[in-house]
Amino acid sequence: MAIEVRIPTILRNLTGDAKVVEGNGDTLGELFADLDARYPGIAERLVDGGKLRRFINVYLNDEDVRFVGGLDAKLSDGDNVTVLPAVAGGSR
Amino acid sequence: MRYDSLLDSLGGTPLVGLPRLSPSPRVRLWAKLEDRNPTGSIKDRTAFFMIEQAEKDGLLSPGCTILEPTSGNTGISLAMVAKLRGYRMVCVMPENTSAERKQLLAMWGAEVHFSEAAGGSNEAVRVAKEMAVANPDWVMLYQYGNPANARAHYETTGPEILADLPEITHFVAGLGTTGTLMGVGRYLREHKPDVRIVAAEPRYGELVYGLRNLDEGFVPELYDESVLTTRFSVPSDAALKRTRELLDKEGIFAGVSTGGALHAALGMARKAEKAGERADIAFIIADAGWKYLSTGAYEGTLEEAEERLDGQLWA
Repeated sequence: MAIEVRIPTILRNLTGDAKVVEGNGDTLGELFADLDARYPGIAERLVDGGKLRRFINVYLNDEDVRFVGGLDAKLSDGDNVTVLPAVAGGSR
Repeated sequence: MRYDSLLDSLGGTPLVGLPRLSPSPRVRLWAKLEDRNPTGSIKDRTAFFMIEQAEKDGLLSPGCTILEPTSGNTGISLAMVAKLRGYRMVCVMPENTSAERKQLLAMWGAEVHFSEAAGGSNEAVRVAKEMAVANPDWVMLYQYGNPANARAHYETTGPEILADLPEITHFVAGLGTTGTLMGVGRYLREHKPDVRIVAAEPRYGELVYGLRNLDEGFVPELYDESVLTTRFSVPSDAALKRTRELLDKEGIFAGVSTGGALHAALGMARKAEKAGERADIAFIIADAGWKYLSTGAYEGTLEEAEERLDGQLWA
């Protein structure tokens, strides 16, 4: 099952400059582990101590994943995920 | 319908079904047409309530000067109410705001002071705060922190929606001052504890974030995250695409920020449909498209319009 993932500029050094990559997983956490197998180091930039890093925002079909289970958010075929650095302090 | 004056006709806006955009008869979308207010936006409610409250509190009396940092609808609404009530209105707005907005503010008699484009709306807030210190007799109503803003929606918008749609399951609106979501959200939750309150936040490209870097981290004093069920971050291209769909499929000519709210509403509709749940989703049409014609949002292909909109604030 393919999930489209949009990578922010600051992480593109890990994806060979690719803006959009594809990955697999039933949850967001599994998707990040799958990406890390092909783009080593990417999971560490997104996850810290089993949680999403504070200054990273992740959107599942444009919905903020922090409201839908974080790394446990369920994914399905054709979903799209957008990773963005949070603005300083975030708006939370 | 007959009213004693324009201000008496505030609110009471129609809630219309969207049969072509709704996924099925069990998952329905409803649009609250807030462009049917005296100056054409939902901000008329905010402006009227903030001025009334300031009058009750003895802060305003005829001849007073109202000061507000605003580049858009709130300034236009305040200017209209101020004109009718005999106040002088001073707006501080970024110098790179659209021609239509300057013309509309001037039309209702507001004086406009420009702040530097580079600082965005935060620079306008900073300049307005300086002007307030220099002119202690001026009254700044400050929509981001004024409880009368959220109260306007708690007392009017929320009850209107519940009366028209008692079966409501979701309420969706754009996230700016947060007044609409906080006021309607609290009212609906008190009457329908399971209602889902959904925010649609604009997500701009890197170019706009560069211009707005002073805005980063700005949290309106009215904002209380516990009122929200979830939050969408809507990119410019999606907002634009939905604004066009609303026009093409339902004949509604709305501003671009409404496309953002529709995008979130359709996201929730898709989830309800997938889960096999019934849903009645109400969302806010904040204003019509007139003020945005010069942005080119409605002309040519979607790609051309996206390119023109790149770097512009649309909400």
